[in-house]
Amino acid sequence: MRRPLSWIVAFGRFWYSFIIGDDWTIAATVAAGLIVTAALNARGVAAWWLIPLIVVVLVRVSVQRSKREPVAPRR
Amino acid sequence: MTGVVPVLITTFLAAMVEAIEMVVIVLGVGETRGWRSTALGAVAGFGVLAVIVAALGVALSAIPISPLRLVVGSLLLVFGLQWFRKGVVRVAARGLAGMQMAGDDTAERWTGDGVDWTAFVLSFKGVVLEGLEVAFIVVSFGANANQLGASVVAGAAALLVVGAAGAVLRPLVTRIPRSLLQLVVGVLLTTFGSFWALEGLGVTWPGQDAAILGLLALYALTALANIAIERRRDALVVTPART
Repeated sequence: MRRPLSWIVAFGRFWYSFIIGDDWTIAATVAAGLIVTAALNARGVAAWWLIPLIVVVLVRVSVQRSKREPVAPRR
Repeated sequence: MTGVVPVLITTFLAAMVEAIEMVVIVLGVGETRGWRSTALGAVAGFGVLAVIVAALGVALSAIPISPLRLVVGSLLLVFGLQWFRKGVVRVAARGLAGMQMAGDDTAERWTGDGVDWTAFVLSFKGVVLEGLEVAFIVVSFGANANQLGASVVAGAAALLVVGAAGAVLRPLVTRIPRSLLQLVVGVLLTTFGSFWALEGLGVTWPGQDAAILGLLALYALTALANIAIERRRDALVVTPART
């Protein structure tokens, strides 16, 4: 019973690390951006610019934040 | 019925665009994380593709690709942004000369014993999504022109040519410092992720596939601007002005 459980835990940890990483605000902001883009697109508004704009702002904010906390190497 | 040559040319060129995206992802991830798990992911991806193509054949074009684009694109976008951010911080902190001398001990290369699932998943997703797009192009161009054999040959040729070009370019890629490579791959994954995720949502990009180049330019400029800002800030911290 312990082996499947540890496999599930490892599987969950992998996806957490893959999606969330060490800055959860990236995944949260991208998810919010995609939802808003989908909503605008459904109303016929051209929304292709929103995600690129979010990426530009997000990189700046995330770099500033990570300079305060040193990033540990990924394993 | 359309002639063989137009079908060969159009299928080859269209499939080549998708194959380039596939090879860029596999090459970048392989050089950054290590080749064993990346190659395993690519082989597994081609295996899944082969099963899908063999099982569905021409009915392949009935698969809704938009949800797949949205899922794969969103995951690549989120993961690519993490490498984008780390690459900016590392390149800003060390500069190119510093990275080459220091040996990049903090880069993302996998050092564990087992499979590196990050490399596996990135490579697998790139191969499955882009491979499916190549298969769609082959089926749609071939079926519409009633020249399926010619379009299969053109699609396979595009994969082989771009794959061989990737193998030829690999020695050049290995010379790039790892932290810079992590930044480059992060920018590329963010570019493809943005493009595919929004295509999956049904958003129309201005210029269609050419928008990838626009995104790449925007994100590369963003990286350079952030590196310049951080380097200037670090220089001010190291050498404070005397009073």
